[in-house]
Amino acid sequence: MAMFSQNPLLNGPNYSFSEAPKFNAPEGAREHRFDPYTDNGGSTLAIAGADFTIMAGDTRLTSGYSINSRFHPKVFKIGGTTSDQKDATLVLSVVGFAADGEALKERLDAICKMYRYRHGKPMSVKACAQRLSTILYQKRFFPYYAYAILGGLDEEGKGAVYSYDPVGSYEREQCRAGGAAASLIMPFLDNQVNFKNQFIPGSGEGHALQERERRPLSRQEVETLVKDAFDGAVERHIEVGDGLQMMIITKEGIEEVVLPLKKD
Amino acid sequence: MDHRPQAWGRPRDDVYGAYDGSYLNNSGPRTVTQSPVVTGTSVIAIKFKDGIVMAADNLASYGSLARFTDVKRLRTFLGTTVIGFGGDVSDMQFLDRHLEELAVDESYEAEPTIDEDDQEAKKASQLNAGNIYRYLQKLMYQRRNSFDPLWNHILVAGFDSASKPLLGSVDLRGTSFTSPSLATGFGAALAQPIMRKYAATEEDAAKLTREQAVGVIKECMKVLFYRDARSLDRYSIAIVTKDGIELKEDEQLEKQSWAFAERIKGYGTQTV
Repeated sequence: MAMFSQNPLLNGPNYSFSEAPKFNAPEGAREHRFDPYTDNGGSTLAIAGADFTIMAGDTRLTSGYSINSRFHPKVFKIGGTTSDQKDATLVLSVVGFAADGEALKERLDAICKMYRYRHGKPMSVKACAQRLSTILYQKRFFPYYAYAILGGLDEEGKGAVYSYDPVGSYEREQCRAGGAAASLIMPFLDNQVNFKNQFIPGSGEGHALQERERRPLSRQEVETLVKDAFDGAVERHIEVGDGLQMMIITKEGIEEVVLPLKKD
Repeated sequence: MDHRPQAWGRPRDDVYGAYDGSYLNNSGPRTVTQSPVVTGTSVIAIKFKDGIVMAADNLASYGSLARFTDVKRLRTFLGTTVIGFGGDVSDMQFLDRHLEELAVDESYEAEPTIDEDDQEAKKASQLNAGNIYRYLQKLMYQRRNSFDPLWNHILVAGFDSASKPLLGSVDLRGTSFTSPSLATGFGAALAQPIMRKYAATEEDAAKLTREQAVGVIKECMKVLFYRDARSLDRYSIAIVTKDGIELKEDEQLEKQSWAFAERIKGYGTQTV
């Protein structure tokens, strides 16, 4: 504005309402100011196999150093015809702020149900993945503070994992860890699922070293990886523990397993 | 002479100060953010084999002032559900009024096909603790979404649709969770470890007798009174079972022992 005043010496405040000084800043720091977000800790993990997907999450709910609950599931079946989700084909895991996670899960579940009633078939993972991204982005400026992972089987029956950030950026991946211990689990997964930094011994020197060829993992192998990943995370992260909930999605349906983790 | 035509005919800044346009500020979110004023401290609850015991003291504090010493912070709903409130007392009264209204509406809309004398069917048609827990979660989450939170941490106790004991918690952000034992505020640090000794899991809680559960709760209330400076020795205790609610609103802490206080050294006006 000042550049239009034609009088550089008198460049004082202009008489525009939009530029009028505002006096609505709070006086001093207030004791309580409402913060709509908290972090409820916990961690999730998803691995896609050749004909299955495993989704997992711990069951601890924390706030600060307190454990609120030792059994609060983060992994949910989505889009069954009824509330017991017996005929569901998709699984969603959410971690971050629990209330937002729950709201997100319920929105997506309702949408998948409506789709099923209207079209007479369950939503595909691909379609649901795109829809979830839209839901998250719709709240771009007051986001759901939740890291979501969606799992299922794609049109060819292959395992599919879609991972998200809180504002809806998403990507299909082979495996993904989310939440508090994501930074602990993800490198382990890179190495064990995608065989990163694994080379064939004696195959060359330096850059000539040949990478170990990738192969699809069996269900048994993946289940072991998941358990090991969480046992490791529990040792090194205080917000992870109590129980390990696993959902195994195959063409036969979804199996749910709950295993104990350390409760310390 | 001010050569800027847009300044002509307006009060001069150097005489009257800059224009205060704050009342025109209608962009951005409506800020109704508040803070708690009159507050209640911890609410604690534990499950036992045929129900739940919940307790909260009868104090409403105004900052560090013990302002109201006869405030009932455990409320009942339809004679089947107990709701315990920690946090702002006026928000508690608002919620209580709201739930009272809901209960009245529910009673009028009871299914006409149900035989009035059939207590079981009548109970099944009414809102149960599971419904109230869910309702309060939605309400609190909606209020946090509109940046106008109800500054409470609430415990809900009763029975769900499957007639199983339910103990749930909802906070001012709409975070909700269940557990065999629950405590709000200071209780989460002081009472929860004691309660978890007796009911670490649902299975452990299902073995507790009513007498044991009441004993644990009374012990916890005593510990809270010893260490929480915003607490009182008069408290309310509610026992929820399938037969209904036993609510005692004027209990006195028993068998206090302040012998430990003598051994505390290192602060205050003591010189030795």
